[in-house]
Amino acid sequence: MFEALDSLWAGLVEDFYTCFIEKNRWKYLVTGLENTLLITFFALLIGVVIGIVISIVRSTYAKNYQEMKPGFGKKVMAVANWFCGVYLTVIRGTPVVVQLMIIYYCVFVSSSNGILIGAVSFGINSGAYVAEIFRSGIMSIDNGQFEAGRSLGFNYVQTLRYIVLPQAFKNVLPSLANEFIVLLKETSVAGYVAVRDLTKGGDIIRGATYQTFMPLLAVALIYLILVMFFTRLVNILERRLRTGER
Amino acid sequence: MNDKVLIHVEGLQKEFAKGEVKALQNVDADIHQGEVVVVIGPSGSGKSTFLRCLNLLELPTGGSIYFNDVDITDKSVDINLHRRKMGMVFQHFNLFPHMTILGNMTLAPIKLLGKSKAEAEEKAMELLTRVGLADRANAYPSQLSGGQKQRIAIVRALCMEPDVMLFDEPTSALDPEMVGEVLEVMKELAHEGMTMVVVTHEMGFAREVGDRVIFMADGMIVEEGTPEEIFTAPKQARTKEFLAKVL
Ligand SMILES: Nc1ncnc2c1ncn2[C@@H]1O[C@H](COP(=O)(O)OP(=O)(O)OP(=O)(O)O)[C@@H](O)[C@H]1O
Ligand SMILES: [Mg+2]
Repeated sequence: MFEALDSLWAGLVEDFYTCFIEKNRWKYLVTGLENTLLITFFALLIGVVIGIVISIVRSTYAKNYQEMKPGFGKKVMAVANWFCGVYLTVIRGTPVVVQLMIIYYCVFVSSSNGILIGAVSFGINSGAYVAEIFRSGIMSIDNGQFEAGRSLGFNYVQTLRYIVLPQAFKNVLPSLANEFIVLLKETSVAGYVAVRDLTKGGDIIRGATYQTFMPLLAVALIYLILVMFFTRLVNILERRLRTGER
Repeated sequence: MNDKVLIHVEGLQKEFAKGEVKALQNVDADIHQGEVVVVIGPSGSGKSTFLRCLNLLELPTGGSIYFNDVDITDKSVDINLHRRKMGMVFQHFNLFPHMTILGNMTLAPIKLLGKSKAEAEEKAMELLTRVGLADRANAYPSQLSGGQKQRIAIVRALCMEPDVMLFDEPTSALDPEMVGEVLEVMKELAHEGMTMVVVTHEMGFAREVGDRVIFMADGMIVEEGTPEEIFTAPKQARTKEFLAKVL
């Protein structure tokens, strides 16, 4: 009985040694984790920029197109709105892995900068979802705020910039933080195009050691701990925002 | 008051819900410089719609509005430039909650008129002193009472040095004990010669401060005249009926 346990334990220790200690294989996980975090962070950054632009274009079009002066500006607005619509449809209508592969094989043909490829791919993908977050954030602001801004003489975009978005941004911070957590897990498919993220790191160890259980368990655990950690941060942030509400 | 017509409204129409609701039907009106015009009427008669059309917060579906002799309903006119000269005060104050009182008051002068921060703040402090709220300059809107918020909303609009002030039921959302302080500010403003269009249920104010009273019903101006004429000798049956209810 004890012998059986002992040998099981010895086996596990040996597996652990092979997977992580031997030839410093743990480094695959550490660099992978680094890359995963970098890709996620920059992807969200790109996503936020795209999301803000799209939500501004779309809400400006929805609220203002009718009363815009005919001319060049109005045409630009119509085209921009159309582009945003196409972008949202395409991004939300296709799998992220396919988008990743298209960007890797068709756009970044000569680049092997995994972090750049990952950040751009997931950023473009995330932009569509962040745009929705901002759109709902803008819609959550009382119409009286728009009217007060407009009645002072601000145009629609200025009203968004100085009055509505600063308030909306505060409202959507928790959703943005959640988007970060979602992205963190979504980037695990980056290995499809040879980007060395956390999941890929575990996969490399698996390939080198022919061990499946240990490396995958380690990868799963690291994701879980990260997600739990960031979820806690989001909860604290939400509570702060709520108590800080005036 | 003088004879210059500041706002000239001609055949103004506003339809909602694809023509199912006719909120304004052929409204003609002149607002003279320095005049205080009070708009009264039953709920749903189109008072707010009329007021909000004056600065195009509602887009008219017909007619024209001339402000300083410019037809602002013309599509080629940049309405944002004209709105700077038309202050508006709302029933629910609509202060910017993420900014201090001073921030609320200086935002538009700094961003739109290109005033320096110091210049804008000096003007704002002067106005705050006049309404007795200088000590709240660095407070946030949520830290103020309703009456204080509305006084801030009024001076925020005044910071743009408008030619006319539009008020849509400025005291309707206030607790009764705070109505007086807001009306007092409006009264002073009127005495200083500000042109004002005021939608209100405060008949005392209409009587005392108004130069002219417009009575609206069903999207039309039913009767207009001096407060004396409207309140003591109304000609139209609708006016009499309405006044019997509210006085
Ligand atoms: N955004 C809108 N959409 C549809 N109908 C509207 C809209 N705004 C106003 N109306 C309608 O237009 C008519 C006039 O409304 P308005 O708000 O101008 O009345 P009011 O005289 O200001 O009333 P109150 O004293 O209740 O404020 C009403 O029948 C109202 O239901
Ligand atoms: Mg009204």
